[in-house]
Amino acid sequence: MTRADAIRKLLATEGESVASNTRTFNEGRYDSVADLEAYEELKDRAREIKEDAIERLPELIAQLRESVEANGGTVYLAEDAEDANRYIADVASDAEVLVKSKTMTGEEIEVNDHLAENGIDVYETDLGEFVLQVADEAPSHLVAPAIHRSREDIARLLNAHFDPEEPLETAEDLTQFASEYLGNRIREADVGLTGANFVVAETGTLALVTSEGNARKTASVPDTHVAVAGVEKLIPRMADLQPFVELIGRSATGQDITSYVSFLTPPVETPTFSGDDREFHLVLLDNGRIAMRDDDVLRETLYCVRCGACANSCANFQHVGGHAFGGETYTGGIATGWEAGVHGLDSAATFNDLCTGCSRCVNACPVKIDIPWINTAIRDRINREGADGLEFVYRGLLPDDDPSNIDRQKRLFGNFSTVARLGSRFAPVSNWMARSEPGRRFLSWAFGVDPRRELPQFQRETLVEWFAGRDPIPADVATWEAVLYPDPYTNYVDVERGKAAVRVLESLGVAVRVPALPPTGRAPLSQGMVGTARNHARELATALAPHLDAGRDVVVVEPSDLAMFRRDYDHLLPECDALRENSYELLEYIYGLLANEANIDVLQRAETDRQVTYHAHCQARTLDLEPYTVAVLERLGYDVVTTDAECCGMAGSFGYKADYYELSVAVGESLVEEIDGGSVIANGVSCQEQIESISAESVRHPVELLARDME
Amino acid sequence: MATDTVTAFRESLRELGVEFTRTTPTGAEDALAECVVEPAVGTPLPFDGVSLPESVTLDPTLAELERAETGITPATFAIADYGTVVVQPTDAGEDSVSLHPDRHVAVVAESDVVPGMTAAFDRLVTIAEAGGSAIFATGPSATADMGALVQGVHGPKEVHVLLVSDR
Repeated sequence: MTRADAIRKLLATEGESVASNTRTFNEGRYDSVADLEAYEELKDRAREIKEDAIERLPELIAQLRESVEANGGTVYLAEDAEDANRYIADVASDAEVLVKSKTMTGEEIEVNDHLAENGIDVYETDLGEFVLQVADEAPSHLVAPAIHRSREDIARLLNAHFDPEEPLETAEDLTQFASEYLGNRIREADVGLTGANFVVAETGTLALVTSEGNARKTASVPDTHVAVAGVEKLIPRMADLQPFVELIGRSATGQDITSYVSFLTPPVETPTFSGDDREFHLVLLDNGRIAMRDDDVLRETLYCVRCGACANSCANFQHVGGHAFGGETYTGGIATGWEAGVHGLDSAATFNDLCTGCSRCVNACPVKIDIPWINTAIRDRINREGADGLEFVYRGLLPDDDPSNIDRQKRLFGNFSTVARLGSRFAPVSNWMARSEPGRRFLSWAFGVDPRRELPQFQRETLVEWFAGRDPIPADVATWEAVLYPDPYTNYVDVERGKAAVRVLESLGVAVRVPALPPTGRAPLSQGMVGTARNHARELATALAPHLDAGRDVVVVEPSDLAMFRRDYDHLLPECDALRENSYELLEYIYGLLANEANIDVLQRAETDRQVTYHAHCQARTLDLEPYTVAVLERLGYDVVTTDAECCGMAGSFGYKADYYELSVAVGESLVEEIDGGSVIANGVSCQEQIESISAESVRHPVELLARDME
Repeated sequence: MATDTVTAFRESLRELGVEFTRTTPTGAEDALAECVVEPAVGTPLPFDGVSLPESVTLDPTLAELERAETGITPATFAIADYGTVVVQPTDAGEDSVSLHPDRHVAVVAESDVVPGMTAAFDRLVTIAEAGGSAIFATGPSATADMGALVQGVHGPKEVHVLLVSDR
């Protein structure tokens, strides 16, 4: 099955159930963290604790071994999956029945298969995992492994498998049946196998975060408790658990706290039902983690608490789930890091493209992992391993600095600034060629550009050329001085929004300059072409330095370019503070001008229909820029409704790619469903294109409304 | 314990759908009898002047646990902001008694209700450093894995908090 076919199938079969569940979790997270006053401080603390723990990991492992052994348990440090499985099977060698509570680490080592080969009956007691065990399927989500299945689906599955006297129908029926069936298995079990959300080195305490109660029973009913946990789960002290306890349920499913958070210091005193002593084994798994610790890209993955917030907040994940957006074991945005670290690049490569870098997971992550960066940096590694047989098509045309074997589609989109420059120079012929039937066939064949997408129309006169041909307002009558950054899209394609920006800024008293400038590196970065992106970043920083030295502000139209300065340059140009501190998104800047007493009267107009729906670009949301646009428009008398969709699904080049066109459209349709009357505005060029292509609405940049009001 | 802490605790419990009774040491036995659906199992209550109803089975077998409708345990402390009762597993079997029956009655002294997670962790750290364990139990057992939210899976369907005032 091709990738496009696989995605089409999942959209049809699992999409609906995944969408309703992940969105419920995601909305719950927003509500729950809104009530948590210290949310940001708790995330900072959680992050610090994880950084420190991973830094001191060897020392903590030694300390944990001492504490667990002093308590009367054993610790086994397993090098890899095989080693862990061998040890667990050894502990369970006399067992007939082993019950399990949910453990993703157990999934990673495929412990069920190994135990079954050793003649042990294994039963999953988490209801989601139980469903998957019956269905013989892999989890589609880190926290809720069976979210891709609806109630009807589960009822059909269990009725067919167990053939109960009365067919099961409601969620209550299904739950009661499963809990009785599994209750009997737990009673018979000789060994209980759990995971652990956290392990405290100082005291030898495990923290288990659950809601059903199955982990409590799995750990307490059988005499022997085996816990399997990745070495990254170690936390130095008991007190360090507090931020995690406050954050994990909220981040995962939008619950302030789950029904049960067990802090077990085994062997636990609870008497056994056999009268024998309790036995406890902790299996700590390396399986690539120690090497991840030494890897500058993958180290951050070890801070992950596996809450699934990155999956729930991801527009792509919301539509296809973890069976597309996941590797051998792990799912969602952070899965690229886990898969690359524990299973290898090949597994990460199967789904890594589904991260568009929209960055909506960044603020959702309770340990502040830069998940888009991990995806980008791993994409760069995958690119370097790739191969391509059609280099002649673009050799010399696409002047990037990345290795020559990189996938040609990525190279086309990564060099968008060059493509746009050439497209503009040869417009309108270039537009006719690209839109012609042979042109589309060529783009589809050579670069995988989906022929169903409208291609951008390049303008013959660029914004820079237009600006050079007019008289700007003199600097001595202006109050402020700014460079309007002509990103390739504003410069070559949507020149009108650039012109509108110039007019509005000048009327508010800004001496504007629009010099020709290098690209920010956004386009190559989104393709994982980190070397090219870094070179663009350096060139741009050099070109902007004299302006910054002269005290000019840098105003950016396209939010994804501002996100480069504010977020991605942390990785590409860590020394570049001046640019980060003196650059602004266009409406953010206008908000600032108005706050500094720029004359708002030039923007007023007296028309009645002032209702607008505003879709803020994903990266603008992450940078918390949405409120500026809303505030400016509201001051001008607009009635603004904002959208909830995390991303439009276009995400720069993503929606153009034939493999992902249908997913992109599905994500866009969810956004368009939210639009309800009034005019539509969006501050990202991708969002404008996507909404226009799906809804036939005409979508403008907010600054175009302001410019219109001045006329 | 400050009145607003008890108010906050009560409000959190209400949101979780947990029943709540406030009583005094002398009224505790009657209040407990009202909470109990027979057959009941329990663990000793460490509050002066408060004892379990006579019908309650102590040190239950697994079969008695599974047959029981109600399990009564003390809560070592409770967290007002979250509506959490903290069950400390000891050799009296608090973990099992609070988990297996459909109904858990948690008895907590008013002076043991702490306002939030920071104060809760002060107490938790002391327990763990002494080699002990603790369960933060918040509301009933629940799952959404079967296509809708259902309460009572592998743990109690109902929780009742009995708050014993110090006067």
